[in-house]
Amino acid sequence: MKPAPFAYKKVRSLAEAVALLGEHKDARLLAGGQSLIATLNMRLSAPSLLIDINGIGGLDGIAHKGGAVEIGALVRHAKAERSDAVAKHAPLLARALPHIGHAAIRNRGTLGGSIAFADPAAELPACLLALDGEVDATGPKGKRTIKAADFFKGLFETALGPQDVLTAIRIPAAGKDTRVGFAELARRHGDYAIVGLAASARADGKGLADVRLAFFGVGATAMRAKKAEAALASGNVDAAVAALDLEPQDDVQATGAVKKHLAGVLLRRVAMQLLEARS
Amino acid sequence: MSDLALDISLTVNGERVSERVEARKSLVDFLREDLGLTGSHVGCEHGVCGACTMRVNGEIVRGCLMLAVQCDGATVETIEGLSDSGEVADLQAAFEQRNALQCGYCTPGMIAAAQDLLKRAKETKSVPSRDEIREHLSGNYCRCTGYHAIVDAVGFVAQARAGGKK
Repeated sequence: MKPAPFAYKKVRSLAEAVALLGEHKDARLLAGGQSLIATLNMRLSAPSLLIDINGIGGLDGIAHKGGAVEIGALVRHAKAERSDAVAKHAPLLARALPHIGHAAIRNRGTLGGSIAFADPAAELPACLLALDGEVDATGPKGKRTIKAADFFKGLFETALGPQDVLTAIRIPAAGKDTRVGFAELARRHGDYAIVGLAASARADGKGLADVRLAFFGVGATAMRAKKAEAALASGNVDAAVAALDLEPQDDVQATGAVKKHLAGVLLRRVAMQLLEARS
Repeated sequence: MSDLALDISLTVNGERVSERVEARKSLVDFLREDLGLTGSHVGCEHGVCGACTMRVNGEIVRGCLMLAVQCDGATVETIEGLSDSGEVADLQAAFEQRNALQCGYCTPGMIAAAQDLLKRAKETKSVPSRDEIREHLSGNYCRCTGYHAIVDAVGFVAQARAGGKK
């Protein structure tokens, strides 16, 4: 199908984008467009105006500073995938990025767009949650920072206000004790996951502490399984699987019961990754 | 609003093009309908099938998930350009020799995606494995061949370009 008619404006500054969002209540921001344009093509969405933010400078950097990795909203998946800073200091993202779409999609899709879109079956929101990351947004009142735990509110719903523009994401840089794990099940590599799991932990002697398990494809948002986290921290993988506090609903890909089973399968795989020493 | 249609200038297969396009028009529709370049195909129109895979500024993209207006100032290369320059001649020959196409609908996108992999492999002086070929082409649907012949063809060219068969 073809999109309904819309106007297009390429902006050069955040202020311009914020102002336009204020003037046009049903405008949408265009970053990579890899989800947005698909929904426009299918007429699931029909905004009157697309505000192209790709011309705003300074939003496409990757920086390792102050114990954190900061990634600009317009950084494309392919750039992050090839980034030495990401490989070295954000190993969970490095593991997750190759699962996002296909090469042609990753060349266009942006990290900021993926986080702001908040697809419940997408990889990056779960990574942000697992890493206890945060998001920078700029709106009419200026810039603010939102923790991942407060950011994802519901199905495709975030803490971003109608005039907010997501500008960067920030995650703690991995230390020598950091352990990460990632796995997902999809019918075809690059498709949205049936179920996926992004995880981080801290090595504590032979065991794990601060275990954070963020599942995706199991509900309205990526979600943590806190009982399973506690069980895994005590070293018992079987108990962690038994304790999985998820109630996935049936969807077109699988029944809730199948998803729950698969979540347990992934938990075992990811637990192995978490327990491996970092090379 | 005045921005429902915009003037754009871009380079398509080496030729400078200036046109007025509707904002809602996808890059692939612009190429096919306005420029008559029908080599890039339109399949699913939501980024799943890969039939519209082409190069913009040297990187492969989905022609259905980019708007023509976003390509103002860009360099676009379609299968027509890749074919005319001879850049993919060996891939095309291998596809033909190994029956890597039947109806041919996916082939332009398949060749563009395969060439992207081989170009990158050359830069890193590596030869992609069958698994890597499959993974790179995972975003391109083919409903005729079952993929084996396509992987064979791309693998053959990868070896040949690296300096002969193993």
